[in-house]
Amino acid sequence: MSTYNKYAPLDIKHGKVNMAHGSGGRTSAQLIDHLFKKHLGNELLNQNNDQALFAVEGARMVMTTDSYVISPLFFPGGNIGSLAVHGTVNDLVMSGAKPLYLSAGFILEEGFPLQELEKIVISMAQAAEAACVKIVTGDTKVVERGKGDGVYINTSGVGIVPDELNLSGELAQLGDVIILSGCIGDHGIAVLSHRENLEFETAITSDSASLEGLVKLMVEKAPSIRCMRDPTRGGLACALNELAQQSGVGMSLQEKSIPIKAQVAAACELLGLDPLYIANEGKLVCICPAQNAEELVKAMRLHPLGAESQVIGSVIEDKRCFVQMETTLGGTRMVDWLAAEQLPRIC
Amino acid sequence: MKYINEFRAPLFAQELAKAIYKEVNTERHYRLMEFCGGHTHAIYRYGLKDLLPDNVEFIHGPGCPVCVLPASRIDMAIKMQTESDAILCTYGDLMRVPASNGHSLLKAKASGADIRMVYSPFDALKISQQETNRQVIFFAIGFETTTPPTAVIIKKAQSLGLKNFSVFCNHVLTPAALEAILNPPDQILCVDGFIGPSHVSTIIGSDVYQPFATEYRKPIVISGFEPLDILQSILMLIKQLNEGSYSVENQYKRAVSGTGNKKAQKLVAEVFDVADRFSWRGLGELPRSALKISEHYGNFDAAERFPVKLEEGSEHKHCLCPSVIRGRNKPLDCKLFAKACTPENPLGACMVSSEGACAAYWSYGRFKDDSTEQLSAPRKGRIR
Amino acid sequence: MCLAHPAKVVSVNKVTDTAKVSLDGVLKEVSLSLVENVCIGDYVLVHVGFALNKLDEEEAALTLKAFEELASASSAENSINDA
Repeated sequence: MSTYNKYAPLDIKHGKVNMAHGSGGRTSAQLIDHLFKKHLGNELLNQNNDQALFAVEGARMVMTTDSYVISPLFFPGGNIGSLAVHGTVNDLVMSGAKPLYLSAGFILEEGFPLQELEKIVISMAQAAEAACVKIVTGDTKVVERGKGDGVYINTSGVGIVPDELNLSGELAQLGDVIILSGCIGDHGIAVLSHRENLEFETAITSDSASLEGLVKLMVEKAPSIRCMRDPTRGGLACALNELAQQSGVGMSLQEKSIPIKAQVAAACELLGLDPLYIANEGKLVCICPAQNAEELVKAMRLHPLGAESQVIGSVIEDKRCFVQMETTLGGTRMVDWLAAEQLPRIC
Repeated sequence: MKYINEFRAPLFAQELAKAIYKEVNTERHYRLMEFCGGHTHAIYRYGLKDLLPDNVEFIHGPGCPVCVLPASRIDMAIKMQTESDAILCTYGDLMRVPASNGHSLLKAKASGADIRMVYSPFDALKISQQETNRQVIFFAIGFETTTPPTAVIIKKAQSLGLKNFSVFCNHVLTPAALEAILNPPDQILCVDGFIGPSHVSTIIGSDVYQPFATEYRKPIVISGFEPLDILQSILMLIKQLNEGSYSVENQYKRAVSGTGNKKAQKLVAEVFDVADRFSWRGLGELPRSALKISEHYGNFDAAERFPVKLEEGSEHKHCLCPSVIRGRNKPLDCKLFAKACTPENPLGACMVSSEGACAAYWSYGRFKDDSTEQLSAPRKGRIR
Repeated sequence: MCLAHPAKVVSVNKVTDTAKVSLDGVLKEVSLSLVENVCIGDYVLVHVGFALNKLDEEEAALTLKAFEELASASSAENSINDA
């Protein structure tokens, strides 16, 4: 961890879990580093990627897990079920892996309607089929009424990484190019719009989708890709800051290259939010050698989920591992690694 | 976004920057205070400093109602909620503001307090209509932009006969803060001109600033929030300073008139009185600088309904915020900056919200070479 | 310090004294308690669920015109210098 992003020690004796610990920002990373990894750390966990890579009888496998606590359970473009499949599949494929199997653990609140549960499960089945994965094991628990939020889901997944691929967050190098697969902020705004009573003339829907097909195409075209990440909680900004830290590099972005839908931008304005920090669930950011970038972007644009792919910046030398951005007006600003989730503001 | 995107056009930004370069006198240093936190935010968010000559310096002012709210007011809100088990409704901006002893509304919520984030004061009113068995307190903050909405809901609460709704009033007044900057206790002023507040001025009008410009002989340009507005306002200020003039100009004519929004002013005057004194974080106690709910609407005053007694908090002894807010020091001059004092653990007013000088510098500007920004000693200003 | 945005009025409800406004297709209901004589097609400044003021579109056009004139003058100057 660069000293410029070092954080104060975790107060284990007096501290309490708060929302920032689940936000995907620096405070989340602190809890993982200072508590979970402190006791559970091993060479696989310490790879710090979204999946753990290990060899099994000649094959290199990846495994990942994620829990889904989204509220509302149903949102424009998806629900907690489809999200639980897409999210975990995406974490697997960020290594270049072919995803194989998922597990699904459910924590259900007493009183939750079965009809709604069925809708969620059907969505999961459809999402799994589209992603070419099977849900092969599961678990169900029920908690008393009032002790849950309807449904929580955990999905874990395994996949196989082809021999010729080696993608990992610490491999970004000076001069590499940063590619984004499409518009940012759709998922976060689609969900927030429900909570904040914002309506849209043309509805913004979550971009929740499996990136398995897009990634397959990408690694075939450019096996030299250094690393990929899906910018979920914490948005593009946190994903890039994580990669910068892991690789010990800086990054320089061009704001005018970062695609965003007009209505997402407008919703962000109204809520006082920076779209760089808004969650995405069907996008990826990829770092590749400069000589492969043009061809890779061209190939990505042929896939429906990569149609708006753009080169958004490059990897630069910076011992402090900062991510900076040239603004649309030609000035520069930092894209900070927020400690916690953005909150809507009036000031 | 109409009337937004046009005022962010890169081509015109370049032209305005060129005009500023042409206009500045290279022999002098221009210290311009953007009074309003929204302007601070925009300056950093667009990297406007990079478009300007080195001898044009921004001094980040106190116009962020979150930053200047003392910790003791957060303590009071938490205590009111705890003692009455009311639903405390607050804007998102306040959730992480540090109260005393490391507390905050967010931490109180994590401990089980019923604290809910709202986007509009109407949301708080709706909650009180839905939860008739619970008391609902609306934590009202803001300068004159945000005060009229609070006035409207207090009147609405009265017309509905709501018995379970009250407002904890922390609305503050811009002219008082401007006076405090222009007339500091030691009479040392480090500001040459002011980029005046945008949306406060849509309510109070631009005429109210004239006495300040005249008495203190400092030009004031009322500026819109968008980057082209700010650049044009800087150009206007530099022209005035070069000419030696000190008048109030209105760059934001599309939204600000001389007399402001009379309807909103009338509503505010009906519901609020000016409080004798109010304590401002970073500026100290200022007379007649904040509002209290008038006697006629006293039923809706949460401070009366839920009286709590608390000690006044004190600032950290090494905190330089009072000096930073007045333009005497930069964030980097402060011993605590980026060490003990960070956005996750803000010790002073300027780090509390993303619009405070220190927080804005941390979030957007600290990647620049520190040595070029470092000052070895506090700024010296002219004696007024 | 106070986030407010210009949005277009798309419908007005005189009974509730509210309007629906649109910011690039994002719709929000706002109170008209602080303004008067608002019509469909007007632009208002929106803050915490309230319309604060009507935007003066003529003044907006004048401000933009000033930018354009600056750009033209600069471009003319460049032509002279290049010649």
